[in-house]
Amino acid sequence: MKENKKAKKEKPYGLVFLILVILTYLIILPFKPEGIHKSIVESGNLLIRIIPIILLVIFFMGIINYYVKPKTVSKYVGQGSGIKGWLLAVSTGILSHGPIYAWYPLLSDLRKQGMRSGLVAAFLYNRAIKIPLLPLMIYYFGMPLVVVLLVYMLIASVIEGLLIDVFEQ
Amino acid sequence: MKEGMKNGRQEEKSILTSFSKAGKSFSGSAPVLLGVIFLIGLFQAFVSKETLTSVFTGGMFRDTLIGTVIGSISAGNPITSYIIGGELLNSGVSLFAVVAFITAWVTVGIIQYPAEAGILGKRFAFLRNLLSFIFAILVSIATVTTLMVIT
Repeated sequence: MKENKKAKKEKPYGLVFLILVILTYLIILPFKPEGIHKSIVESGNLLIRIIPIILLVIFFMGIINYYVKPKTVSKYVGQGSGIKGWLLAVSTGILSHGPIYAWYPLLSDLRKQGMRSGLVAAFLYNRAIKIPLLPLMIYYFGMPLVVVLLVYMLIASVIEGLLIDVFEQ
Repeated sequence: MKEGMKNGRQEEKSILTSFSKAGKSFSGSAPVLLGVIFLIGLFQAFVSKETLTSVFTGGMFRDTLIGTVIGSISAGNPITSYIIGGELLNSGVSLFAVVAFITAWVTVGIIQYPAEAGILGKRFAFLRNLLSFIFAILVSIATVTTLMVIT
């Protein structure tokens, strides 16, 4: 009942935000029509690029709804998950693809089933480490910097997760 | 046999319910995600690489903070941040600022903030972005200092 109320509350927030963005487009349109045209093209391209990721996320959400029970979520990424939970959040964060925001609904579902907020934060932080992009990163900044940076980012992700757990309690 | 068929039908129904629940859950987040996509489109069309590069002053401490702020409000593929970061290094901006910039680009999301706050909660989104902002500076200092020591 409480969750239903919350869901009803969340919907207008998203709609209000979308309407505000559309209004921004409409306000800028008379002054910079070419810029707005370019923005729409960029947004369209972005949307086309993320559709496969969205489908993948919905598929994961369906699979998790069907197979994974709240008890399992608690065991692997819940309060008592320990180092196993951190390893899972860090590794899945690194391996996940697509834009960060496409993963919010799945993480929200998992959190409702008992996933720790700190592990959600660690997952999101580690999305910054993208294995396919590493060669390009090394090309621009060199191997030593990339290795050192990635190590510190891994450490930062865990500390951030721990701090979020402390603040959220 | 009848029992097996009944169980099979129930399982089928349960799978369908799971996926329809997933679809509904995602569609609830669709307006805010769409808003963020349009906002990123606006950012990419109006804020050029040159604009982002031009705000750096040359001062190490100031540039590190500027790098973190610019990285936080920027959105898009991390590849763009590497290209801009490379250009910044070539034009003499400090490594501290560039590392802070590329770290904040991927860990702090001001443009995505409405979606994060709407779906994962305002308190969580605020805390996560604030901590990621601070960590972008700390990670940059730790990385460059370690590199100096190693080399």
